[in-house]
Amino acid sequence: MSRLHDMGGRYGDGQIEPEAEDAPVFSEEWHARALAVTLACGSLGQWNIDISRHARERLSPVDYTRFSYYEKWMAALANLLVEQGVLSREDLLDAPGIVSEGASEGEPPAKAHPLSPRRLAAQKVAGMLAAGGPADRASAVEVRFQPGDRVRTRRSANTLVDGGHTRLPTYASAAQGVILRQHGSHVLPDCNAHSLGEAPEPLYAVVFEAGALWTHAEHPGDEVVLDLWQSYLEPV
Amino acid sequence: MPHDIDDPHSQPHSHLPSDPVLRVRALETILTRKGLIDPAALDEIIDTYENHIGPQNGARVVARAWAEPEFREALLADADTVLAKLDLNGRQGEHVVVVENTPARHNMVVCTLCSCYPWPLLGIPPGWYKSDAYRARAVREPRKVLAEFGVTLPAEVAVRVWDSTAEVRYLVLPMRPAGTEGWSVEALERLVSRDSMIGTGLALQPDDAAARGAQR
Repeated sequence: MSRLHDMGGRYGDGQIEPEAEDAPVFSEEWHARALAVTLACGSLGQWNIDISRHARERLSPVDYTRFSYYEKWMAALANLLVEQGVLSREDLLDAPGIVSEGASEGEPPAKAHPLSPRRLAAQKVAGMLAAGGPADRASAVEVRFQPGDRVRTRRSANTLVDGGHTRLPTYASAAQGVILRQHGSHVLPDCNAHSLGEAPEPLYAVVFEAGALWTHAEHPGDEVVLDLWQSYLEPV
Repeated sequence: MPHDIDDPHSQPHSHLPSDPVLRVRALETILTRKGLIDPAALDEIIDTYENHIGPQNGARVVARAWAEPEFREALLADADTVLAKLDLNGRQGEHVVVVENTPARHNMVVCTLCSCYPWPLLGIPPGWYKSDAYRARAVREPRKVLAEFGVTLPAEVAVRVWDSTAEVRYLVLPMRPAGTEGWSVEALERLVSRDSMIGTGLALQPDDAAARGAQR
Protein backbone atom coordinates (compact mmCIF):
# COMPACT_ATOMS: atom_id res chain seq x y z
CA MET A 1 0.00 0.00 0.00
CA SER A 2 1.23 3.46 -0.76
CA ARG A 3 -0.78 6.61 -0.30
CA LEU A 4 0.14 10.23 -0.34
CA HIS A 5 -1.15 11.03 3.13
CA ASP A 6 1.57 8.81 4.61
CA MET A 7 4.21 11.52 4.32
CA GLY A 8 6.35 11.16 7.45
CA GLY A 9 10.02 11.44 6.51
CA ARG A 10 9.35 12.54 2.93
CA TYR A 11 11.83 14.85 1.20
CA GLY A 12 11.15 17.91 -0.89
CA ASP A 13 8.39 19.77 0.94
CA GLY A 14 10.39 22.87 1.67
CA GLN A 15 10.28 25.19 4.64
CA ILE A 16 7.58 25.47 7.26
CA GLU A 17 5.72 28.74 7.35
CA PRO A 18 4.88 29.45 10.99
CA GLU A 19 1.86 31.64 11.68
CA ALA A 20 1.45 34.30 14.31
CA GLU A 21 -0.18 33.05 17.49
CA ASP A 22 -3.05 35.47 16.98
CA ALA A 23 -3.69 34.62 13.32
CA PRO A 24 -7.38 33.94 12.61
CA VAL A 25 -8.53 30.40 13.44
CA PHE A 26 -9.90 30.11 9.89
CA SER A 27 -7.90 31.99 7.29
CA GLU A 28 -10.88 31.87 4.87
CA GLU A 29 -14.55 31.91 5.72
CA TRP A 30 -15.15 28.81 3.60
CA HIS A 31 -12.66 26.87 5.75
CA ALA A 32 -14.94 27.44 8.71
CA ARG A 33 -18.02 26.35 6.73
CA ALA A 34 -16.17 23.26 5.45
CA LEU A 35 -15.24 22.21 8.97
CA ALA A 36 -18.73 22.86 10.29
CA VAL A 37 -20.52 21.03 7.44
CA THR A 38 -18.22 18.05 7.98
CA LEU A 39 -18.90 17.92 11.72
CA ALA A 40 -22.64 18.36 11.24
CA CYS A 41 -22.74 15.55 8.67
CA GLY A 42 -20.86 13.30 11.07
CA SER A 43 -23.86 13.57 13.36
CA LEU A 44 -26.02 11.81 10.75
CA GLY A 45 -24.28 8.67 12.03
CA GLN A 46 -23.54 7.14 8.62
CA TRP A 47 -19.82 6.67 9.18
CA ASN A 48 -17.17 6.63 11.90
CA ILE A 49 -13.94 8.63 12.25
CA ASP A 50 -11.85 5.91 10.62
CA ILE A 51 -14.12 5.69 7.57
CA SER A 52 -13.96 9.44 7.29
CA ARG A 53 -10.13 9.53 7.51
CA HIS A 54 -9.88 6.77 4.95
CA ALA A 55 -12.19 8.70 2.63
CA ARG A 56 -9.66 11.57 2.60
CA GLU A 57 -6.70 9.25 2.18
CA ARG A 58 -8.14 7.47 -0.84
CA LEU A 59 -8.81 10.57 -2.86
CA SER A 60 -6.92 10.00 -6.07
CA PRO A 61 -3.25 11.04 -5.83
CA VAL A 62 -3.91 13.80 -8.34
CA ASP A 63 -6.71 15.25 -6.21
CA TYR A 64 -4.91 14.69 -2.89
CA THR A 65 -1.96 16.66 -4.18
CA ARG A 66 -3.79 19.56 -5.76
CA PHE A 67 -6.39 20.06 -3.02
CA SER A 68 -5.75 22.28 -0.04
CA TYR A 69 -6.56 20.89 3.40
CA TYR A 70 -10.25 21.73 3.57
CA GLU A 71 -10.77 20.91 -0.11
CA LYS A 72 -9.73 17.37 0.80
CA TRP A 73 -12.35 17.41 3.53
CA MET A 74 -15.04 18.59 1.13
CA ALA A 75 -14.18 16.10 -1.58
CA ALA A 76 -14.09 13.20 0.88
CA LEU A 77 -17.39 14.34 2.39
CA ALA A 78 -19.11 14.50 -1.00
CA ASN A 79 -17.79 11.02 -1.84
CA LEU A 80 -18.94 9.60 1.49
CA LEU A 81 -22.40 11.14 1.23
CA VAL A 82 -22.90 9.41 -2.10
CA GLU A 83 -21.20 6.13 -1.17
CA GLN A 84 -23.32 5.83 1.97
CA GLY A 85 -26.49 6.62 0.07
CA VAL A 86 -27.22 9.90 1.85
CA LEU A 87 -27.13 11.83 -1.43
CA SER A 88 -27.16 10.76 -5.05
CA ARG A 89 -24.84 11.87 -7.82
CA GLU A 90 -27.80 13.72 -9.29
CA ASP A 91 -28.15 15.66 -6.05
CA LEU A 92 -24.55 16.84 -6.44
CA LEU A 93 -25.02 17.65 -10.11
CA ASP A 94 -27.95 19.88 -9.16
CA ALA A 95 -25.68 21.94 -6.97
CA PRO A 96 -24.46 24.58 -9.46
CA GLY A 97 -28.07 25.53 -10.25
CA ILE A 98 -28.82 25.97 -6.61
CA VAL A 99 -25.75 28.11 -6.15
CA SER A 100 -26.74 30.36 -9.02
CA GLU A 101 -29.96 31.13 -7.13
CA GLY A 102 -27.53 32.75 -4.78
CA ALA A 103 -28.78 31.64 -1.40
CA SER A 104 -28.85 28.71 0.95
CA GLU A 105 -32.56 29.41 1.28
CA GLY A 106 -33.95 27.24 -1.57
CA GLU A 107 -37.30 25.55 -1.76
CA PRO A 108 -38.33 23.10 0.91
CA PRO A 109 -37.60 19.49 0.00
CA ALA A 110 -40.42 17.61 -1.74
CA LYS A 111 -40.41 14.92 0.91
CA ALA A 112 -38.49 14.48 4.11
CA HIS A 113 -35.11 12.75 3.85
CA PRO A 114 -35.12 9.59 5.96
CA LEU A 115 -32.09 10.88 7.88
CA SER A 116 -33.50 14.32 8.60
CA PRO A 117 -34.61 13.31 12.13
CA ARG A 118 -30.88 12.94 12.85
CA ARG A 119 -30.08 16.48 11.81
CA LEU A 120 -27.79 18.22 14.30
CA ALA A 121 -29.74 21.07 15.88
CA ALA A 122 -27.94 24.23 16.97
CA GLN A 123 -28.80 23.62 20.61
CA LYS A 124 -27.21 20.15 20.42
CA VAL A 125 -23.83 21.39 19.20
CA ALA A 126 -22.29 22.05 22.62
CA GLY A 127 -23.31 18.61 23.85
CA MET A 128 -22.01 16.92 20.70
CA LEU A 129 -18.62 18.61 20.98
CA ALA A 130 -18.35 17.93 24.71
CA ALA A 131 -19.24 14.25 24.34
CA GLY A 132 -16.82 13.57 21.49
CA GLY A 133 -16.32 9.97 20.45
CA PRO A 134 -14.08 8.05 22.83
CA ALA A 135 -12.21 5.18 21.16
CA ASP A 136 -11.35 3.14 24.24
CA ARG A 137 -13.24 -0.12 24.60
CA ALA A 138 -13.22 -3.23 26.74
CA SER A 139 -11.37 -5.95 24.87
CA ALA A 140 -10.98 -9.68 25.19
CA VAL A 141 -7.55 -9.47 23.57
CA GLU A 142 -4.93 -10.17 26.21
CA VAL A 143 -2.23 -7.57 26.83
CA ARG A 144 0.94 -9.02 25.35
CA PHE A 145 3.55 -6.36 26.07
CA GLN A 146 4.78 -4.41 29.09
CA PRO A 147 6.69 -1.14 29.20
CA GLY A 148 10.35 -1.85 28.43
CA ASP A 149 9.60 -4.76 26.09
CA ARG A 150 11.38 -4.67 22.74
CA VAL A 151 9.11 -4.98 19.72
CA ARG A 152 9.26 -4.87 15.96
CA THR A 153 6.53 -3.36 13.79
CA ARG A 154 4.98 -5.29 10.94
CA ARG A 155 5.37 -4.07 7.38
CA SER A 156 2.96 -1.20 6.82
CA ALA A 157 2.03 -2.55 3.37
CA ASN A 158 0.42 -5.60 4.95
CA THR A 159 -2.91 -3.98 5.69
CA LEU A 160 -5.91 -5.98 6.79
CA VAL A 161 -7.81 -4.90 3.68
CA ASP A 162 -5.87 -4.66 0.42
CA GLY A 163 -5.19 -0.98 -0.21
CA GLY A 164 -6.91 -0.33 3.07
CA HIS A 165 -6.55 1.94 6.05
CA THR A 166 -3.89 1.62 8.71
CA ARG A 167 -2.32 3.91 11.29
CA LEU A 168 1.15 2.43 10.92
CA PRO A 169 3.18 4.94 8.89
CA THR A 170 5.58 3.57 6.32
CA TYR A 171 8.60 5.25 7.92
CA ALA A 172 8.01 3.16 11.07
CA SER A 173 7.48 -0.04 9.14
CA ALA A 174 9.50 -3.12 10.17
CA ALA A 175 11.37 -1.06 12.78
CA GLN A 176 12.50 -1.98 16.28
CA GLY A 177 11.35 0.01 19.27
CA VAL A 178 10.49 -0.26 22.95
CA ILE A 179 7.08 -0.18 24.64
CA LEU A 180 6.87 3.11 26.52
CA ARG A 181 3.34 3.00 27.94
CA GLN A 182 0.01 1.25 27.60
CA HIS A 183 -3.09 3.19 26.60
CA GLY A 184 -5.64 0.46 27.39
CA SER A 185 -7.59 -1.03 24.50
CA HIS A 186 -8.82 1.04 21.56
CA VAL A 187 -10.90 0.51 18.42
CA LEU A 188 -8.69 -0.88 15.63
CA PRO A 189 -8.85 1.61 12.72
CA ASP A 190 -7.66 -0.97 10.18
CA CYS A 191 -10.91 -2.83 10.77
CA ASN A 192 -13.30 -0.02 11.68
CA ALA A 193 -12.46 2.03 8.58
CA HIS A 194 -13.92 -0.74 6.46
CA SER A 195 -17.07 -1.31 8.53
CA LEU A 196 -15.69 -4.66 9.66
CA GLY A 197 -16.28 -3.95 13.35
CA GLU A 198 -14.37 -2.15 16.05
CA ALA A 199 -12.16 -5.12 17.02
CA PRO A 200 -10.63 -3.29 20.01
CA GLU A 201 -7.18 -4.39 21.11
CA PRO A 202 -4.37 -3.10 23.32
CA LEU A 203 -2.75 0.15 22.20
CA TYR A 204 0.77 1.21 23.16
CA ALA A 205 3.04 4.21 22.86
CA VAL A 206 6.21 2.76 21.31
CA VAL A 207 9.48 4.70 21.33
CA PHE A 208 11.99 4.40 18.49
CA GLU A 209 15.51 5.75 18.42
CA ALA A 210 15.93 8.08 15.48
CA GLY A 211 18.68 5.76 14.24
CA ALA A 212 16.18 2.87 14.05
CA LEU A 213 14.05 4.86 11.59
CA TRP A 214 16.48 6.89 9.49
CA THR A 215 19.71 5.89 7.82
CA HIS A 216 21.26 9.22 8.71
CA ALA A 217 19.53 10.35 11.89
CA GLU A 218 19.60 14.09 12.45
CA HIS A 219 20.87 13.76 16.01
CA PRO A 220 21.91 10.77 18.13
CA GLY A 221 19.67 10.26 21.13
CA ASP A 222 16.59 11.81 19.57
CA GLU A 223 13.47 9.67 19.48
CA VAL A 224 10.09 9.30 17.82
CA VAL A 225 7.07 7.88 19.65
CA LEU A 226 4.10 6.37 17.82
CA ASP A 227 0.84 4.98 19.16
CA LEU A 228 0.59 1.45 17.78
CA TRP A 229 -1.92 -1.36 18.16
CA GLN A 230 -0.86 -4.74 19.44
CA SER A 231 -1.44 -6.46 16.08
CA TYR A 232 1.11 -4.08 14.51
CA LEU A 233 3.79 -5.47 16.83
CA GLU A 234 5.75 -8.62 17.38
CA PRO A 235 8.20 -9.35 20.18
CA VAL A 236 11.94 -9.12 19.49
CA MET B 1 -10.54 -3.03 -5.13
CA PRO B 2 -13.80 -2.41 -3.33
CA HIS B 3 -12.39 0.48 -1.30
CA ASP B 4 -10.95 2.46 -4.13
CA ILE B 5 -12.31 4.29 -7.11
CA ASP B 6 -9.51 4.11 -9.61
CA ASP B 7 -10.80 6.68 -12.05
CA PRO B 8 -10.54 10.03 -10.28
CA HIS B 9 -13.08 11.51 -12.68
CA SER B 10 -15.67 9.04 -11.49
CA GLN B 11 -15.48 10.16 -7.87
CA PRO B 12 -18.73 11.85 -6.81
CA HIS B 13 -16.98 15.01 -5.59
CA SER B 14 -15.98 15.81 -9.17
CA HIS B 15 -19.64 16.76 -9.84
CA LEU B 16 -19.35 19.75 -7.51
CA PRO B 17 -18.14 23.19 -8.67
CA SER B 18 -14.35 23.42 -8.80
CA ASP B 19 -14.08 26.71 -6.90
CA PRO B 20 -13.78 25.68 -3.24
CA VAL B 21 -15.99 28.54 -2.07
CA LEU B 22 -18.80 27.42 -4.39
CA ARG B 23 -18.13 23.81 -3.59
CA VAL B 24 -18.73 24.27 0.12
CA ARG B 25 -21.74 26.48 -0.50
CA ALA B 26 -23.17 23.88 -2.88
CA LEU B 27 -22.85 21.09 -0.34
CA GLU B 28 -24.28 23.25 2.42
CA THR B 29 -27.20 24.22 0.20
CA ILE B 30 -28.05 20.69 -0.89
CA LEU B 31 -27.82 19.34 2.64
CA THR B 32 -29.86 22.19 4.07
CA ARG B 33 -32.62 21.72 1.51
CA LYS B 34 -32.80 18.06 2.32
CA GLY B 35 -33.14 18.82 5.99
CA LEU B 36 -29.82 17.13 6.83
CA ILE B 37 -27.98 20.09 8.28
CA ASP B 38 -29.07 23.20 10.11
CA PRO B 39 -27.10 26.33 9.13
CA ALA B 40 -27.59 27.64 12.66
CA ALA B 41 -25.74 24.56 13.95
CA LEU B 42 -22.86 25.37 11.60
CA ASP B 43 -22.74 28.91 12.98
CA GLU B 44 -22.65 27.47 16.48
CA ILE B 45 -19.74 25.14 15.67
CA ILE B 46 -17.78 27.97 14.08
CA ASP B 47 -18.45 30.33 16.98
CA THR B 48 -17.26 27.65 19.41
CA TYR B 49 -13.88 27.26 17.73
CA GLU B 50 -13.41 30.91 16.85
CA ASN B 51 -14.30 32.30 20.24
CA HIS B 52 -14.49 29.72 22.99
CA ILE B 53 -12.21 26.75 22.46
CA GLY B 54 -8.58 27.61 21.74
CA PRO B 55 -5.04 27.70 23.16
CA GLN B 56 -6.21 29.77 26.12
CA ASN B 57 -7.67 26.51 27.51
CA GLY B 58 -4.34 24.71 27.32
CA ALA B 59 -2.51 27.74 28.70
CA ARG B 60 -4.70 27.68 31.79
CA VAL B 61 -3.85 24.03 32.39
CA VAL B 62 -0.11 24.59 31.88
CA ALA B 63 0.02 27.65 34.13
CA ARG B 64 -1.77 25.78 36.87
CA ALA B 65 0.61 22.84 36.49
CA TRP B 66 3.52 25.25 36.98
CA ALA B 67 1.94 26.82 40.03
CA GLU B 68 0.52 23.74 41.76
CA PRO B 69 2.80 20.69 42.11
CA GLU B 70 -0.08 18.37 43.02
CA PHE B 71 -2.05 19.42 39.96
CA ARG B 72 1.02 18.88 37.78
CA GLU B 73 1.57 15.37 39.13
CA ALA B 74 -2.09 14.44 38.64
CA LEU B 75 -2.04 15.85 35.12
CA LEU B 76 1.05 13.90 34.10
CA ALA B 77 -0.24 10.71 35.71
CA ASP B 78 -3.79 10.79 34.32
CA ALA B 79 -4.69 13.81 32.24
CA ASP B 80 -8.14 12.50 31.29
CA THR B 81 -9.39 12.50 34.88
CA VAL B 82 -8.01 15.98 35.54
CA LEU B 83 -9.32 17.46 32.28
CA ALA B 84 -12.76 15.90 32.71
CA LYS B 85 -13.14 17.74 36.03
CA LEU B 86 -12.32 20.99 34.22
CA ASP B 87 -14.70 20.24 31.31
CA LEU B 88 -11.67 20.27 29.00
CA ASN B 89 -12.19 16.91 27.38
CA GLY B 90 -14.48 16.25 24.41
CA ARG B 91 -14.25 15.99 20.67
CA GLN B 92 -10.69 15.31 19.45
CA GLY B 93 -9.52 15.29 23.03
CA GLU B 94 -11.23 12.21 24.43
CA HIS B 95 -7.87 10.68 25.42
CA VAL B 96 -5.08 13.05 26.37
CA VAL B 97 -1.51 12.47 27.51
CA VAL B 98 0.55 15.41 28.79
CA VAL B 99 4.29 15.15 28.20
CA GLU B 100 6.68 17.30 30.18
CA ASN B 101 9.72 19.14 28.91
CA THR B 102 12.76 18.94 31.16
CA PRO B 103 16.33 20.26 30.95
CA ALA B 104 17.22 16.89 29.38
CA ARG B 105 14.28 16.34 27.01
CA HIS B 106 12.20 18.45 24.64
CA ASN B 107 8.88 17.08 23.37
CA MET B 108 7.21 17.98 20.10
CA VAL B 109 3.94 16.79 18.55
CA VAL B 110 3.00 16.03 14.94
CA CYS B 111 0.47 13.94 13.06
CA THR B 112 2.20 12.59 9.96
CA LEU B 113 -0.90 10.77 8.66
CA CYS B 114 -3.47 13.54 8.99
CA SER B 115 -3.86 16.39 11.49
CA CYS B 116 -4.63 14.94 14.94
CA TYR B 117 -4.47 17.66 17.58
CA PRO B 118 -5.96 18.21 21.06
CA TRP B 119 -8.94 20.37 20.10
CA PRO B 120 -10.43 20.97 23.57
CA LEU B 121 -7.08 22.33 24.76
CA LEU B 122 -5.69 24.08 21.68
CA GLY B 123 -8.65 24.52 19.32
CA ILE B 124 -8.33 24.01 15.57
CA PRO B 125 -4.72 23.42 14.47
CA PRO B 126 -2.88 26.23 12.68
CA GLY B 127 -2.20 25.88 8.95
CA TRP B 128 1.45 24.92 9.33
CA TYR B 129 0.56 22.00 11.62
CA LYS B 130 -1.55 20.57 8.78
CA SER B 131 1.02 21.37 6.08
CA ASP B 132 2.86 18.73 4.09
CA ALA B 133 6.19 20.24 5.13
CA TYR B 134 5.55 19.91 8.86
CA ARG B 135 4.01 16.46 8.58
CA ALA B 136 6.86 15.20 6.40
CA ARG B 137 9.79 16.72 8.26
CA ALA B 138 8.95 16.85 11.98
CA VAL B 139 9.78 13.17 12.51
CA ARG B 140 12.94 13.11 10.39
CA GLU B 141 14.61 16.43 11.16
CA PRO B 142 12.90 17.96 14.19
CA ARG B 143 15.84 20.25 14.96
CA LYS B 144 15.78 21.86 11.54
CA VAL B 145 12.04 22.28 11.90
CA LEU B 146 12.50 23.86 15.33
CA ALA B 147 15.07 26.23 13.87
CA GLU B 148 12.43 27.45 11.42
CA PHE B 149 10.35 28.37 14.47
CA GLY B 150 13.34 30.19 15.94
CA VAL B 151 14.11 27.50 18.51
CA THR B 152 17.63 26.13 18.86
CA LEU B 153 18.16 23.42 21.42
CA PRO B 154 21.53 22.55 22.96
CA ALA B 155 22.93 19.25 21.65
CA GLU B 156 22.59 17.65 25.08
CA VAL B 157 18.81 18.13 25.11
CA ALA B 158 17.19 15.06 23.53
CA VAL B 159 14.22 15.63 21.24
CA ARG B 160 11.28 13.26 21.46
CA VAL B 161 8.72 13.65 18.67
CA TRP B 162 5.23 12.26 19.28
CA ASP B 163 3.50 11.17 16.08
CA SER B 164 -0.24 11.10 16.92
CA THR B 165 -1.24 7.90 15.18
CA ALA B 166 -4.19 6.96 17.43
CA GLU B 167 -7.04 8.76 19.19
CA VAL B 168 -4.65 9.80 21.96
CA ARG B 169 -3.88 13.50 21.81
CA TYR B 170 -0.66 14.96 23.18
CA LEU B 171 -0.09 18.24 24.96
CA VAL B 172 3.42 19.44 25.77
CA LEU B 173 3.97 20.89 29.23
CA PRO B 174 6.71 23.45 28.53
CA MET B 175 9.36 24.36 31.09
CA ARG B 176 8.45 27.19 33.39
CA PRO B 177 10.54 30.26 32.62
CA ALA B 178 13.06 31.41 35.23
CA GLY B 179 12.24 34.55 37.15
CA THR B 180 8.55 33.78 37.56
CA GLU B 181 8.65 32.60 41.16
CA GLY B 182 5.55 33.63 43.03
CA TRP B 183 3.61 34.67 39.90
CA SER B 184 -0.13 34.11 39.89
CA VAL B 185 -1.67 31.49 37.61
CA GLU B 186 -3.24 34.32 35.58
CA ALA B 187 0.14 35.98 35.06
CA LEU B 188 1.80 32.67 34.16
CA GLU B 189 -0.89 31.94 31.56
CA ARG B 190 0.36 34.83 29.49
CA LEU B 191 3.73 33.11 29.10
CA VAL B 192 2.18 29.99 27.56
CA SER B 193 2.09 30.22 23.78
CA ARG B 194 0.21 27.78 21.57
CA ASP B 195 3.45 26.69 19.94
CA SER B 196 5.01 25.94 23.32
CA MET B 197 2.22 23.41 23.91
CA ILE B 198 2.86 21.74 20.53
CA GLY B 199 6.59 21.79 21.21
CA THR B 200 7.56 23.99 18.27
CA GLY B 201 8.10 26.86 20.69
CA LEU B 202 9.19 27.51 24.24
CA ALA B 203 7.27 29.36 26.91
CA LEU B 204 7.77 33.11 26.71
CA GLN B 205 10.26 34.77 28.99
CA PRO B 206 8.89 37.38 31.40
CA ASP B 207 10.45 40.13 29.25
CA ASP B 208 8.86 38.74 26.04
CA ALA B 209 5.48 38.67 27.70
CA ALA B 210 5.85 42.26 28.85
CA ALA B 211 6.83 43.26 25.32
CA ARG B 212 3.92 41.34 23.87
CA GLY B 213 1.51 42.92 26.34
CA ALA B 214 2.83 46.39 25.56
CA GLN B 215 2.13 45.89 21.86
CA ARG B 216 -1.56 45.39 22.48
